[in-house]
Amino acid sequence: MLNYAAQRLIQAFVAMFGVLTIVFIVMHLSGDPTLLLVPQDASAEMIAELRHQLGFDRPVWVQYLDYLYGLLHLDFGVSVVQRVPALDIVASRLPYTIQLAAGALVVAIGFGIPAGIVMATMRGSVIERILTAIVVTGQSVPTFLSGILLIFIFGVTLRWLPTSGSGEFSALIMPSIALGALSMSTFARMTRISIIDELGKDYVRAGRARGLSLGSVVVRHVLRNAAIPVITIAALEIGNLLAGAVIIETVFAWPGIGQLAIQSIQSRDFMIVQVIVLLISFVYVLTSVLADFVYALVDPRIRLVR
Amino acid sequence: MHTALPALGVRLRRVPLSVAFVSIIFLMVVLLAIFAPWIAPADPNKQTLLARLKPPGFELRGVTYWLGTDDLGRDLLSRTIHGAGVSLSVAVLSVVVSTLVGVTLGMVAGWFRGKIEIIVMRLVDIMMSIPAILLAVLTVAVLGPGFLNLVLVLGLTRWPRYTRVAYAQTLQISNLPFIKASELAGAGAARILFHHVLPNIAGPILIVATAEFGLMILMEAGLSFLGLGIQPPAASWGSIMSVGRQYLERAWWIVAFPGTCLFLLVFSVNVLGDWLRDQFDPRSRSR
Repeated sequence: MLNYAAQRLIQAFVAMFGVLTIVFIVMHLSGDPTLLLVPQDASAEMIAELRHQLGFDRPVWVQYLDYLYGLLHLDFGVSVVQRVPALDIVASRLPYTIQLAAGALVVAIGFGIPAGIVMATMRGSVIERILTAIVVTGQSVPTFLSGILLIFIFGVTLRWLPTSGSGEFSALIMPSIALGALSMSTFARMTRISIIDELGKDYVRAGRARGLSLGSVVVRHVLRNAAIPVITIAALEIGNLLAGAVIIETVFAWPGIGQLAIQSIQSRDFMIVQVIVLLISFVYVLTSVLADFVYALVDPRIRLVR
Repeated sequence: MHTALPALGVRLRRVPLSVAFVSIIFLMVVLLAIFAPWIAPADPNKQTLLARLKPPGFELRGVTYWLGTDDLGRDLLSRTIHGAGVSLSVAVLSVVVSTLVGVTLGMVAGWFRGKIEIIVMRLVDIMMSIPAILLAVLTVAVLGPGFLNLVLVLGLTRWPRYTRVAYAQTLQISNLPFIKASELAGAGAARILFHHVLPNIAGPILIVATAEFGLMILMEAGLSFLGLGIQPPAASWGSIMSVGRQYLERAWWIVAFPGTCLFLLVFSVNVLGDWLRDQFDPRSRSR
């Protein structure tokens, strides 16, 4: 187990290093990152001064090493617009995004997993067909469209819920549903496939032969075994939800890091955008490592195979 | 795997109703996209200031705006029809880009093994650690929006999925006798990969491409919604809807029609993709 954990951690480290490098390359894609950081009407002198100030006039590999050195010391650069460390600005918005992602995860798991169980155990029934339709729908509606639809129905027409902003719990409901819809579909599909796989196994037949009903076999034995792939999905979905927040926060004017990212692109404050991309990618890598650990802890077979 | 395509032909005769239905929707969107200039009743960019934010069915000087108008008095029906072409062309081209890059890398990694395999597959792991929408947002923001950039960015962020499939399939195929035979007959790597391996791994790649196609449509709409995709005045469903979001209380129709089209298109692509996957992988079939 320790060996496996060490290997997996090294793999994650390499992945994170690669992510840092790709973000660095993307920031330099335009040729001169200084141009990203100045207002469009900036004079040539201003640009030259800032280029020197930020060290963009040095060779690229020096900049790269400097960038890695900075990150190692948690130095993520300074916001060009606000003149404070970019990390502080992102950190101040982070709690909102965490709230939203948690809300979406509750929606996704709370509906997705029961739906998946029903779809797997009641195959061929009308309920299964209806749920399948809902799941495919959830997958096909872009988050911003379901967001706008919710705003129109519950905000504009019925006036039950606030259409934007944050603060009260009621403001969290619609963005959570809109953001969670896609994950809900993923959970339902994974749960369904996972349970169908288990239902074909001998222990299920043995349980049924002993006189257990299908329901109690599922509740007592199948769910435990089927849970493993679903746990992995849950971990990966956290990263996806954070990424999806970029769009949904803009729809609902939710003051999290997603909205901050888009605002920062508009005000050409790329240091903040960079921090947000790195942060979400870091969570992505971290949660996938955690998922693999949980996986290995719950199912000893996986450790042995590798 | 090399029996998959003929077998698909046999099953095609038993097409479920839902699949037939979504195929029709999909074909209709494709036809709208191709014939947009002839179908659309008006110029999608023509602004009529007297007809701003008018509801569906509004008439002005003998012109009927069947789906209403947007904030600049442009005909929403015409813009929605032209949006189909934007949506489909960005999705098709970016799927082509990512298939070309992804499949080539995957086949090369699976065939040559060794160092190139390690480098390519590590790169795949890394690319898949960055959420695609974020990488796309960052890259478009750096490079600037526009049709070509959008296609390149979407294509070049989504290739790793194809690489994984192409790589695994190539590993399997390359041990089969007919590949060994053609190698012994003196065929070079390029000939083997494109003449023998590629046709045999086309099925699974087609499945990935269909799933990605739906996703690309969503990503294009999402980026355009954020103002990072197709630039005004060109009509994209995403950008029409971002205008519609601002006028939601006064003009619901601006969001409603492009939104419905977007949903129907992605829905039909997803249903078709699921069905296609079931044809190749009977294990996941629901009935």
